[in-house]
Amino acid sequence: MKKFFSARNILILLALTNILVYFFAPAKALLILSNARTYLLEMLSVMPPILVLIGLFQVWVPRQTVERAMGSKSGLKGIMMAILVGTAAMGPLYAAFPLGVSLLEKGASLFNVAVFLCVWASVKIPMIFFEIKFLGPDFAGLRLALTLPSIILISFLLKTILKRRSFYEKT
Amino acid sequence: MLVAIIWGLAIILLLFSLFQNRAKTWRALIFAWKFFRSMALPVLATIWAIGFLLSFLTPSIISRAIGQESGWWGVTLAALFGSVVLIQAFIAFPLAGSLLRQGASVRAIAAFVTTLVMVGVITAPLEAKFFGRQFTFWRNFLSFILAILIALIMGSILR
Repeated sequence: MKKFFSARNILILLALTNILVYFFAPAKALLILSNARTYLLEMLSVMPPILVLIGLFQVWVPRQTVERAMGSKSGLKGIMMAILVGTAAMGPLYAAFPLGVSLLEKGASLFNVAVFLCVWASVKIPMIFFEIKFLGPDFAGLRLALTLPSIILISFLLKTILKRRSFYEKT
Repeated sequence: MLVAIIWGLAIILLLFSLFQNRAKTWRALIFAWKFFRSMALPVLATIWAIGFLLSFLTPSIISRAIGQESGWWGVTLAALFGSVVLIQAFIAFPLAGSLLRQGASVRAIAAFVTTLVMVGVITAPLEAKFFGRQFTFWRNFLSFILAILIALIMGSILR
């Protein structure tokens, strides 16, 4: 199943469908291609520099740096650094899980670790450019502006709920 | 303008990196190239699919499914979809952008993008292994609720 839905097979399927459409409605088939071409050009106009930024961040800000930025203590300064570095470090949310655990082990509070995880998930510097490109500056800016206070609220509620029910145990 | 800023930033940082450490800069470029190779086919497939989408799904169809007319249903659908799927931003943002231009509501698209990044149903078992079930449930649940709230606010501000 997974093999069948590989990107290559989907591309072949799209090409065949496009050819099929051409026989029934040539104008429609060409419209598909011209629409796709517009998007391809938009993509190519921003993809190379964003990839370079991702590569540079990956090399200069590897995951260990996030931990080191925290130092051995986890004061406010340490966690601020970890969060800031987290916006530059690349990787999906699950890449941040082990980091979050090691922050906990270094004594960071549950609130701080929740903030760290949520920021890691939703704020990535190179991708902000990408979001602006395709969804517009208003959309990207507003989403960012609303997301940051939401993260604080989520983490605060999370801490309160887990503490009140004394649910939190390290696994 | 945006394109110029991104290119400028990338070139300046690249030169700076090159000046600091050649080997590291080379590694960064190799990483970027490998990342590009892994993304090239999926991104191409997405772009082609967007071509189909823009040619066949008329604004009225999209608007009925996830547009202004769809109301709560559209937002809920978009938020659930964003929570469940695991898609690279390189694919999700162009797709979301094309839907937005074709008549999807800001509310629905914002709900999709926000839940996509903050809520992870597929990664929840893994998250629970690291932080425990309670933490994972509440973090994802609260993120879902806040994502809907963000979407509603964005929908009422951006039209």
